[in-house]
Amino acid sequence: MAEHQVQSPLPGIFYRRPAPDQPAFVEEGDAVTADQTIGLVEVMKQFSEVKAGASGTLVSFTAENEGLLGPGDVIATIETD
Amino acid sequence: MPIEIIEPGLGSTIQDLGRPGYYRYGIPPGGAVDLYSARAANLLVGNDEGAALIESPYLGPKLRATEDTVIAVTGAQMELQVNGAGAPSWEAVPLSAGDVVSFGFLTAGARIYIAVAGGIDVPEVLGSRSTYAIGSFGGFEGRALLAGDVLPTGSGGARPGRSVPEDLRPSFSRSIEVRVVMGLYDYRLSEAGLRAFLDEEWTLSPVADRMGFRYSGPTLEWIEREQPFGAGSDPSNIVDAGYPVGSIQVPGGLEPIILHRDAVSGGGYAMVATVISADMDLVGQSSPGARTRFRAVSLDDALAARRERDDLVDALRAALS
Repeated sequence: MAEHQVQSPLPGIFYRRPAPDQPAFVEEGDAVTADQTIGLVEVMKQFSEVKAGASGTLVSFTAENEGLLGPGDVIATIETD
Repeated sequence: MPIEIIEPGLGSTIQDLGRPGYYRYGIPPGGAVDLYSARAANLLVGNDEGAALIESPYLGPKLRATEDTVIAVTGAQMELQVNGAGAPSWEAVPLSAGDVVSFGFLTAGARIYIAVAGGIDVPEVLGSRSTYAIGSFGGFEGRALLAGDVLPTGSGGARPGRSVPEDLRPSFSRSIEVRVVMGLYDYRLSEAGLRAFLDEEWTLSPVADRMGFRYSGPTLEWIEREQPFGAGSDPSNIVDAGYPVGSIQVPGGLEPIILHRDAVSGGGYAMVATVISADMDLVGQSSPGARTRFRAVSLDDALAARRERDDLVDALRAALS
């Protein structure tokens, strides 16, 4: 199995949920597809979706919910199919 | 029509050196947030330094040249790629028809500038091609670029191979000192509030954009007073007044905001200080999380710094003439 690391393209605040009162896009251990949204990055009052980028199992989140990310920071690790 | 937008980045806009002279009518100067880098990019490709170019914050766009041309990328550190291979920034780079330009991750600074030989040929509005997105005018259809946009370019320019000497390239730090002239309303801060403003370290928040750069840090204390007629009830409120570009307001004593080139022209928050013009590019190249200190200087020092900045621009012009 190969590992794919999802990197943030942007600086900003990372969110695992689409809205505060909604469940997380994905939980650790869930299967994901490449074009699936796993979180949001907020910068300049705009929210950009972060896609998984590879199909497989999202084994862990490195980025903290509502934490500050820099460009290139690893958000999550996916074990690819 | 040689530049096609494949991916726009995030809030990429067409900018030039702006439209000064209309702020009193409520229209901000606009223009490149980092004017020095914008001038450099234009001079590199042989354009007039005030030609229109692309400003991209944080995330580089993906472009295709539909004709042979020359581009130059300046500003923030972000690897330039032509057809997937690394190419130098701060240098004029020739492109062949069909070449695809893309970028790696931002590694320092906040905004890149992409100049194309001949300049981006969008209509002038009030003497400038700068996009004022909130007003929906200027630039390309008054808005940020979108995938599929085709940017017309002018003729002329196109001198590949020249580069900006190392000592004329700005360096970017995650920890900066920004010089300010105090006033007009700093007397409204308590002594403790004033001390905190100048002595504490501030952190740039992710909401920073072309209109304003907002910082988190301590809460600033104001002198209590009976608010004058026409002013809001918070001690940080004043009777509405004009806002200088670069002025720093602190709504509620929380989170100072530096107004930048797309700022509103007036309102009811006390401005405690104004960033000197020589340091506005520095502010414009800071990205979320950047640690910032404000240092008070005299108006004479601010004017001397402006002359130094002008000398630097002259040196850039001489190096690229």
